[in-house]
Amino acid sequence: MDTKKLVLNDIHVSLGAKMMPFAGYSMPVRYSSDIKEHMAVRNDVGVFDVSHMGEFFLKGKNVLVLIQKVTSNDASILADGQAQYSCLPNDHGGIVDDLIVYKFSNEEYMLVVNASNIEKDWNWISGQNDLGVMMENVSDNYCLFAVQGPKATGVLQKLTDMDLSEIKFYHFAVGSFAGHEGVIMSNTGYTGSGGFEIYVKNEIARDVWNKIFKAGEEVNIQPVGLGARDTLRLEKGYCLYGNDIDDETSPLEAGLGWITKFNKTFVNSSSLLLQKEAGVTKKLIGFKMEEKGIPRHGYELKNENEELIGNVTSGTISPILQKGIGLGYVKKEYTAPGSEIWVAIRKKVLKANVVKLPFV
Amino acid sequence: MNIPEKLRYTDDHEWISIEGDIVIVGITDFAQSELGDIVYVEIETEGEKISKGDVFGIVEAVKTVSDLFMPLTGTVEEVNSDLEDNPESVNEDCYEKGWLIKIKLTGSPDELDELLTAEQYKAVIGD
Repeated sequence: MDTKKLVLNDIHVSLGAKMMPFAGYSMPVRYSSDIKEHMAVRNDVGVFDVSHMGEFFLKGKNVLVLIQKVTSNDASILADGQAQYSCLPNDHGGIVDDLIVYKFSNEEYMLVVNASNIEKDWNWISGQNDLGVMMENVSDNYCLFAVQGPKATGVLQKLTDMDLSEIKFYHFAVGSFAGHEGVIMSNTGYTGSGGFEIYVKNEIARDVWNKIFKAGEEVNIQPVGLGARDTLRLEKGYCLYGNDIDDETSPLEAGLGWITKFNKTFVNSSSLLLQKEAGVTKKLIGFKMEEKGIPRHGYELKNENEELIGNVTSGTISPILQKGIGLGYVKKEYTAPGSEIWVAIRKKVLKANVVKLPFV
Repeated sequence: MNIPEKLRYTDDHEWISIEGDIVIVGITDFAQSELGDIVYVEIETEGEKISKGDVFGIVEAVKTVSDLFMPLTGTVEEVNSDLEDNPESVNEDCYEKGWLIKIKLTGSPDELDELLTAEQYKAVIGD
């Protein structure tokens, strides 16, 4: 498969980004330093070009019926201008993808999905659409900039008459931003540091990007790559599709029970309900290293007798805690916060503690 | 990219300083820049005799773990213990403070001829 270039590829290259293939796109992984970029978002403001993400517009009379059928969360509670984290369960207990559902009106929604799953999700949802809902894949027409950090809203407010403080968490508004109409300002993100995700048409992306950086000059706004995006989300315990959740992991095992609502029926809801009633046998937990070492995807998790109890699905050093942190699935008896577990790192077995998420 | 003339190099992006009997090994400016922030250096082979091309330790960046390969056959005589608390020295000063090991050569002198000059290494990294 050819690697696609982002619309603003030349900007990233000129900013000194190390570009790497990810989910079919050549993506900026790092501009200066993963740790500096991480801290910029935690303390000030940083901007991610995450235009690789997929966007589907769904329209029609039956659109809510289709969304209720394919997603696990209850989209019927959404008001216009509200967004919701959700997932697409598959028919054998796993997850097709996780996503955000945006409600524009009773007959118009947007689904934002992972880049690596655009085609898979499109085929899956299309396959469930026996309801005449009009679907449009606009992934190639839109850019997405995540402007994140405690100073993000202040910077963005300079560029719009919309009162951004009025757009609450997991809400959005469509309006005039940086001199362009029809910009979607969404109070969401994957960093846990606040800010907005901004959806813009490709034609205005360059101008919007430049204006955001101009507006952020005095607070030293920084471009941030996928490296820091991963450490930021991991410190908050957010799942990454392909690592922590996938076609084989159940949303209940993944700690996504809070977006799995059984007051409605959806794909595979009856067997997930049985799993909920019976109880899961393994669960995704967060753990913090007690000894010096960095957990990585795929490492084995052990109990005090060095018996295998699970695997690491994501791991890194936390720039805030200066310690190794990770997510992984373990057998149910090791899931309580405070449980001692061990991580097999090369030739050693190093001690860690199960902790409540988020890490920071 | 800083690739000092006086050093020798390998395809694995290591530099080798040879002054008399003392041979010092580190990773190049190119390597540290590709890896990003080095957060952990683990070299537990002090005193061991290791063949050229075998692993003598690892460096961990935020996102990656990389093996360190012996550039020449020899015994690991000394490990830079400052890196335990200051792994970032590898990023900040890879040719001085960020050195990794000192080795005592035990292999064939021919191995030295296989090392790259600064000029040859620059060609490897396309600099």
